[in-house]
Amino acid sequence: MRKFKEGFIEKTLLTSALITVAVTIGIVSVLAFEAVRFFKEVSIFDFFTDSQWTPLFTDKHYGILPLLSGTFLTSAIAISVALPIGLSISIYLSEYAPKSFRKTVKPMLELLAAIPTVVYGFFALIIVTPYLQGIFPNLSGFNSLSAGLVMGIMIIPFISSISEDALHAVPRELREASYGMGATKLQTAFKVVVPAASSGIIVSIILAISRAIGETMIVAVAAGQQPRLTLNPMVPIETITAYIVQVSLGDVQHGSIEYRTIFAAGITLFAFTFVLNTISYRIRKKYQSKYE
Amino acid sequence: MELVAEKNTKNFTMNKESEQESKTKISIKNARVWYGDFEAVKGISMDIKPNSVTAFIGPSGCGKSTFLRLFNRMNDYIDGFRMEGKIKIDGTNIYNKKIHVEELRKEVGMVFQKPNPFPKSIYENVAYGLKIQGISDKKVLDSRVEKALRQADLWEEVKDDLKKSALALSGGQQQRLCIARTLAVEPSIILMDEPTSALDPISTAKIENLIFGLKEKYTIIIVTHNMQQASRISDYTAFFYIGELVEYSKTKTLFTKPEKKRTENYITGRFG
Ligand SMILES: Nc1ncnc2c1ncn2[C@@H]1O[C@H](COP(=O)(O)OP(=O)(O)OP(=O)(O)O)[C@@H](O)[C@H]1O
Ligand SMILES: [Mg+2]
Repeated sequence: MRKFKEGFIEKTLLTSALITVAVTIGIVSVLAFEAVRFFKEVSIFDFFTDSQWTPLFTDKHYGILPLLSGTFLTSAIAISVALPIGLSISIYLSEYAPKSFRKTVKPMLELLAAIPTVVYGFFALIIVTPYLQGIFPNLSGFNSLSAGLVMGIMIIPFISSISEDALHAVPRELREASYGMGATKLQTAFKVVVPAASSGIIVSIILAISRAIGETMIVAVAAGQQPRLTLNPMVPIETITAYIVQVSLGDVQHGSIEYRTIFAAGITLFAFTFVLNTISYRIRKKYQSKYE
Repeated sequence: MELVAEKNTKNFTMNKESEQESKTKISIKNARVWYGDFEAVKGISMDIKPNSVTAFIGPSGCGKSTFLRLFNRMNDYIDGFRMEGKIKIDGTNIYNKKIHVEELRKEVGMVFQKPNPFPKSIYENVAYGLKIQGISDKKVLDSRVEKALRQADLWEEVKDDLKKSALALSGGQQQRLCIARTLAVEPSIILMDEPTSALDPISTAKIENLIFGLKEKYTIIIVTHNMQQASRISDYTAFFYIGELVEYSKTKTLFTKPEKKRTENYITGRFG
């Protein structure tokens, strides 16, 4: 009886693992299948070189660059906000803050990532953009600047929390060795602790980038829906994710070329996040064994 | 004292005359340490002689490390740490509010129980303390790195791959690297907390020889659980028991004619 129970539990666990794998494979194959059909009609060369993305207009162009530039722009702004703030927080929490402070503040920061992103989106659109328009009068109502800034705040905990874990895992002996030679806390933090934790910090940054690239609601709500090949943060743009939402919610005909653009855009997005996640996974595996 | 004043001058050592006269490098007066409510060191007074090796022995948990780490203020960052009493190095009370802890630690180096090289190259490990002080001249760094590695008897083994990661060295080599790293800063006191307890007998012998040679220039305090080691390398031995200093005298005297029953029991292995 006991043996049967054990076997049953084992089978259940195995089944759920297999289901997960199957679903992933399923999603990827649908993506790939539809993308292949898309590329039968549109040349890959045009897809990556055409500077316009207008599948929904009569003069159709299928250049992904405007969507990529939109995604790149919002993510870059987000990272340039989240990286310095997130790293400062992690260094402060791990090297300076009293234990009790660290214990209360860290979960509170992680709450930032738990707020529904649509809330961030409207926060960007209704509060941040009007405020920024007070400073930059030529800022459009939809723009990548405020979407990027707000997204940066959202991804702070990805950087601060994972980096802090990495910093905290650096053995106390290394810090003491540094103090013992007359180094200050600041010198120790930047010359010993941060380099020793660098792989963990890089992982945190990659995950944050990956999260920023995949973020949908904030950019869909606040950055606009105008594919535009530009690095100007003041004007409306469209990201890959926002485009996918736009078309999915619209009434394009199932099986049409417009419909397949979703998958072409989707597989591009997937390729990016897949590569980023793979890199971070590799680094993480290497670094896990470092202090054992 | 200078330690208090300009940061970059390294004038912690007092004038040589008075040092020679008093023959005391570190003078401890009624030192007491608490971790929260727990009293780990219960009023210890002792004088430590310059250019000698002093061994701290005693059962586990009796406060040897805590006491040793008072001399470079390494306990300062520990939660709940509190101390009373006076510790003077070369006549200066190192717990004076005006003391630059960083300057003190350049004067009082430390080697730890487990070899703890930085995950950097061999060269960078030894140059670390110098770079911290703002020394960036490549020639100066090179020569001081070499000097320190020679002093630590490691130069011949590593001179061809200074760029190699320190983590690739053996445990014994790592510990000698840690000693070199400490020597590079040119302290006058070196604290060693069980520096050979994680090492094999051959590496241990190498480090003991090293310590023996270093005492000409340095004042060395070594915590050890190894009675033979204490009797081999130290000039003076202090026996601690539950936060108190039980007996402190010339090593030879302490090991051959201990005054206290407790010391005798400990060194003959009857307890602890
Ligand atoms: N950070 C700390 N917080 C609270 N208590 C501590 C702390 N460090 C040490 N103690 C306690 O203080 C006492 C002395 O510890 P210490 O490490 O100085 O002993 P020790 O003689 O070096 O022992 P060992 O030979 O095992 O290294 C012990 O009872 C220990 O439990
Ligand atoms: Mg100890």
